[in-house]
Amino acid sequence: MSEVPLPPHRRRAHTSTRDLERYAGLFAERTTVMRSSAMRDLMAITARPEVISLAGGLPDTSTFPPKSFAAQMTRIAQESAAEALQYGPTEGFEETKDCIVEVMGAEGMLVDPHDVIVTTGGQQAIDLVCKTLVDPGDVVICEAPTYPGAVPVFCSYQADVVQVECDEDGMRVDLLEQLLEQLRQEGRRPKFVYSVPTFQNPAGVTMSLERRQRLVELTRLHELLVVEDNPYGLLRYGGEPLPPLYQLDGGDFVIYVGTFSKILSPGIRLGWAVAPPPVMEKIVLGKQAADLCTSTLTQYFVREYFAEGRWRQYVGDLVEIYRGRRDTMLEALDEHFPAAATWTEPHGGLFIWATLPEYIDTGDLLAKALRADVAFVPGQAAYVDERGRNSMRLNFSGVSSSEIREGIRRIGAVVAEQVELYGALTGEQPAPVREPGAEGADVLPFRKTGEGRG
Amino acid sequence: MRVAVLKGGRSLERGVSLRSGARVEDALQRLGHDVVALDVGGDLVKRLEAERPDVAFVAMHGVGGEDGTAQELLEILGIPFTGPGAAACARCMDKSQAKHAIREAGLPTPDWFAFSQTAFQKLGAADALGRLEQSLGFPLVVKPSRGGSSLGVKFAAAPSEVPQALVSAFSYDDRVVLERFVDGRELAVSVLGEEALPVVEAIPAEGDSYDFEARYEIGRTRFVCPAELDESQRAAVTDAALATYRVLGCSGFARIDLILGADGPQILEANAIPGLTDTSLLPQAAEAAGMSFEQLVERILDLALKPAAA
Repeated sequence: MSEVPLPPHRRRAHTSTRDLERYAGLFAERTTVMRSSAMRDLMAITARPEVISLAGGLPDTSTFPPKSFAAQMTRIAQESAAEALQYGPTEGFEETKDCIVEVMGAEGMLVDPHDVIVTTGGQQAIDLVCKTLVDPGDVVICEAPTYPGAVPVFCSYQADVVQVECDEDGMRVDLLEQLLEQLRQEGRRPKFVYSVPTFQNPAGVTMSLERRQRLVELTRLHELLVVEDNPYGLLRYGGEPLPPLYQLDGGDFVIYVGTFSKILSPGIRLGWAVAPPPVMEKIVLGKQAADLCTSTLTQYFVREYFAEGRWRQYVGDLVEIYRGRRDTMLEALDEHFPAAATWTEPHGGLFIWATLPEYIDTGDLLAKALRADVAFVPGQAAYVDERGRNSMRLNFSGVSSSEIREGIRRIGAVVAEQVELYGALTGEQPAPVREPGAEGADVLPFRKTGEGRG
Repeated sequence: MRVAVLKGGRSLERGVSLRSGARVEDALQRLGHDVVALDVGGDLVKRLEAERPDVAFVAMHGVGGEDGTAQELLEILGIPFTGPGAAACARCMDKSQAKHAIREAGLPTPDWFAFSQTAFQKLGAADALGRLEQSLGFPLVVKPSRGGSSLGVKFAAAPSEVPQALVSAFSYDDRVVLERFVDGRELAVSVLGEEALPVVEAIPAEGDSYDFEARYEIGRTRFVCPAELDESQRAAVTDAALATYRVLGCSGFARIDLILGADGPQILEANAIPGLTDTSLLPQAAEAAGMSFEQLVERILDLALKPAAA
């Protein structure tokens, strides 16, 4: 063979079967529960430009003014280059914490900056909480459905994840109470309850005040922790604000997780956790082991950005945009989804959760939807068990109104085809067409019965 | 040599295809070829005319790449390509067609019925389901007629599970196959040129035998190559695979999947373009035959350029 120019970077040789076995022999036990799936492979297609993806959870960053971005970064370069390029404290800069205190204050929470740690996104905060609290086999309780991104974190710490059903008022705290009693009888003590009480991901529902109060009571009673994940609280498009769990509890039994991702930018990877001092001490040690400190450069950016004092106005702009998109999606669902489908009507956040007749598996439906160039997240991703197979998460923040309308129309068409087919196979008549504005249009997103599938 | 690697595309197996393609590109570069990577889209013909490759390596899976579409275009453009020709690809891709050809040739394949979505929606095929179920027995397997990997393949253990399995399978294709379930060992025979490579056996982890997804995950399914077979079993399985390969008109390479049951091998399907990723079965089989991945790729190219060399 003639001599050939080498490629500019190293290319790994093909992994042989023997290599695979050798690696597999070294893998930690926890990797067996870290699963890939055919469904994830399907998601490879959603990246194609002709696909309208309602699958993401992306905020719209296109409205952030490039000029002020440039000005802030320039200021950092001119005035604080050396510091901004240096390591920082593991807990994060005091100035960043001041911004965090301000953001939490906007939702009525009073916070001691010493209780705050700046993390690499809210996702790291969840990871650090697990690292601090979860031994293999420990019970972690979360909502059903729960944030799909939390499931792999719980699994990688080998938690025994138990999900408690939600309805339109959030987690069924009465079922939680039963579960806690049942666990007590079995001699199993859960470590924490993970909840997104406000504009939940993926369901879009918000926990009622009564349930919030009861949840906080329960955690005090059982001396367990609540991890309140609140990325969307400030993205409210209707209804009255409810106090966060952190505020109700005063921060004794609630660990709070926040993020700048949805109110500023996910690209800066800045989030935070607020925890009582003894817990925080361990979280800081965990953070040190994980990555020493959160990006100093983006912390400087947040500091500059907040100094301009316009952050609330920007959140207000986002709220206007997202409210319009949510309304568009709700209208489109009304118009294009078959009568047998139900969905949530969120007062904020980024997601609508739609539930189809039980015989439709949304994992398989995704394949059909992709053939029609549209994508969503199959509900299965939000559960650790077999539930959710007939539900889907729809995002309305990351795509334009016209794409939302067309995307929902396409999904509606494939669903209608499935409904018709099932009718032909079983002789069951599909439910009558929903009349716009009719009484039956008020659909309930979840089963309200107390059957407790949890 | 200038080699165009065709990968990706719009198929549901895009992800696997991109991985196969990347592996192949890498091997081709090591072999000293001039590689052009093409993520297949609407501009395929234009790109091929502009790039003028000597040969195309088709690393696409599923509809659009494995069903003869891309091959048809390559034949029109007069560009030699790897793997089976357009007609053979089309036959392999459609399980129902392939099974017809296999059975007509007197080769063993489990009993089946194939239906289009229209048959259920417009011709009342549902009324025949009972009879069909009686004939096939339970459990039965419901598969999209065209499609790869495990996508949309479901077991139905009882009549009540059939409609839902059909709705799922019809998500992937407008034609489905209902097939008698044959209990036995799951084997795959890769054929390279006219030669069968060592047989691979897939052994699902306990509890996963009815979960097709598990077949594609390291750790949930163990692959043994060469499979532990006695000489007569090995010969029966290999002969069945080679005969299938010929009946379907394959050339270059293909992978035949079979079940070795109590009554000998039963052919399930042929894959015209088997996966070429790290964990795929064809590379594993080649390795067991003493071929490195580069040697495998070079051999596949040779077969594309001089079919007579097979």
